[in-house]
Amino acid sequence: MLEVVNLACVRGDRPLFSDLSFALKPGELLHVVGANGTGKTTLLRTLCGLTRQAAGEIRWRGAETRALGDEFRNELAYVGHLNGIQGELTPAENLRAAAGLAGAADPERIDAALETVRLSPYRGFPAKILSQGQKRRLALARLVLLRKPLWILDEPFSALDVASVTLMTQALTGHLADGGMVVLTSHQDFEVEIKNVTYVRLDA
Amino acid sequence: MVEIYILIGMHKYASPKTFYPLAGTLIPWLAGATVLLLALGLYLGLFVAPPDYQQGETVRIMFIHVPAAWMSMFVYAVMAAAGAAALVWNVKLMETLASACAPIGASFTLLALITGSLWGKPMWGAWWVWDARLTSELILFFLYIGVMALRASIDDPRRAARAAAILALVGVVNIPVIHFSVEWWNTLHQPASVGRMGKPTIHLSILMPLLTMAVAFTFYFLTAALLRMRNEILEREKHTSWVQELVESRR
Amino acid sequence: MTSPSLLAATANVLRRDLTVAWRRSADVLTPLVFFAIVTSLFPLGVGPEPSLLRTLAPGVLWVAALLSVMLALNRMFANDYADGTLELLALSPHPLSLLVLSKVAAHWVLTGLPLVLISPLLAVQLNLPSEAMGALLLSLLLGTPVLSLIGAVGAALTLGLRGGGVLVSLLVLPLYTPVLIFGAGSVAQAAAGAEIEAYISLLAAFLALTLTFAPWAAAAALRVSLD
Repeated sequence: MLEVVNLACVRGDRPLFSDLSFALKPGELLHVVGANGTGKTTLLRTLCGLTRQAAGEIRWRGAETRALGDEFRNELAYVGHLNGIQGELTPAENLRAAAGLAGAADPERIDAALETVRLSPYRGFPAKILSQGQKRRLALARLVLLRKPLWILDEPFSALDVASVTLMTQALTGHLADGGMVVLTSHQDFEVEIKNVTYVRLDA
Repeated sequence: MVEIYILIGMHKYASPKTFYPLAGTLIPWLAGATVLLLALGLYLGLFVAPPDYQQGETVRIMFIHVPAAWMSMFVYAVMAAAGAAALVWNVKLMETLASACAPIGASFTLLALITGSLWGKPMWGAWWVWDARLTSELILFFLYIGVMALRASIDDPRRAARAAAILALVGVVNIPVIHFSVEWWNTLHQPASVGRMGKPTIHLSILMPLLTMAVAFTFYFLTAALLRMRNEILEREKHTSWVQELVESRR
Repeated sequence: MTSPSLLAATANVLRRDLTVAWRRSADVLTPLVFFAIVTSLFPLGVGPEPSLLRTLAPGVLWVAALLSVMLALNRMFANDYADGTLELLALSPHPLSLLVLSKVAAHWVLTGLPLVLISPLLAVQLNLPSEAMGALLLSLLLGTPVLSLIGAVGAALTLGLRGGGVLVSLLVLPLYTPVLIFGAGSVAQAAAGAEIEAYISLLAAFLALTLTFAPWAAAAALRVSLD
């Protein structure tokens, strides 16, 4: 499904990594590991198409993602360092905006997604009053709501307490069981109840 | 497939590593041609061409002003074209060309502005008159400054090059519009009796130095652009082995 | 993507931007107050002579409008850039240029349109003859969207840069000159009792030209800034 062939990335004019190849099939999770500054975030952003690679190909269902364009982006959900949450809008409005961009916005499912990440008590308040961890959970709610096949997550466990880490791993496990795919970076150990975890190590 | 082969070929030709020595051999020849043509053009302009029956000897400043104004537009077009090529094909060499163009073009624009103002003092009795051409040149100067400022405030050289390329392309679409607007505005506000500059009656004795100077300026542009491109290539490729070998061999 | 969902997405972006602005209404007022202050400063600078003010009015009103729009440019993308929603926009399955167009539309509704609406008030202050009011409204109505559209490119290029606010003025103001020339020109013509059709058609042509190119250029600039 997702194939990466001989990928090379540079930051500025400094090479980060080159000749990186891997493949990901439905139900698989890819954990990108490496020290700070080895290009984990750049790799994830390159997979999304936010950053341009210096060389190599990224293919989705056999076709180049850059050529697929909107077709690829339609099957992709990304959570980066920034949560993509507007402080002036309520959690529900944030989800509605995200859903509106992606296609469907069913009010009941928005409520259900908020319930999943236990943010229902906050649904009427502006999102700027949420804590870092709560904002992270709201970003998770977006993943649950949109149900895209490919999740690309940059440090999804950062700022999460123990209970929220469990929430996140449950969401990941459910997504993989449904035949979804996940690419993530994390400094934290986490347990996903699925065998198909591949590691990609980036070295300086 | 053919297209892919062409692109691969272009990448090889356009690799900084092969370009660097090639530019190095070209520069002395281009610089020599610049000096010779400048000398010839200035001789023809200052000594051979006749003084204007109205403007007298001051007309001779046109031999610098007009080619400088031509170059200011030409270099902007080259910068935009190089930027477009860099955006579309992701060619590093084109990024360095576009980046080399900006200060050179800005210098030509400034030269056109200064010579225009020097010419204006005896002709109009003022250092600055809102003449259509001068005003267009002034706005062009601001456009160049914008491109340079944008490039200077972005640290990542690739992002800087791509952002500057987009701005240059927007500018190149706008230059004709700006030029036309300023002409319109000028004819409306300027009494017709004021002498228009930059349109000397074209006589061979005037055309020859004008064209010679234009060619000399073009050669200067090529020389300066190659010099700047070489500098930027060294700066940007300093991590690569070929630059390090080059530095070692020069020690 | 089918067109209904694209329409929904663009409407969604527009509504979201307006909602956010509504909850930060002070932001909307700032450029408007700036517009009023700048025009009020001119009589203090050049003297209250009515005939002089009448001559200066078209230029003063247009330059002040131009500066106000420019001041408001950085809020077009800066907040979305800071909180990551811009990344979501760039990764949505819709052409970014059309989403940018809705953001520009929201920006215009929040800055250009209010300027147009209060301009007659300030024009009276500057002794602009009433014959020229129509030209002022019409030229601003056609011209301010052009300012927002060109400004979007500048705002997108300077996202996240140090000194972005001053830099954007450097990039954008030279590009504003045609609009200024024909906008202020039309008002001056109307004040002199002359025909303004040519000016208005040219402003409309600029609007058509920038509507075609600017969203595309701004989208390309956003992708560069997000890289």
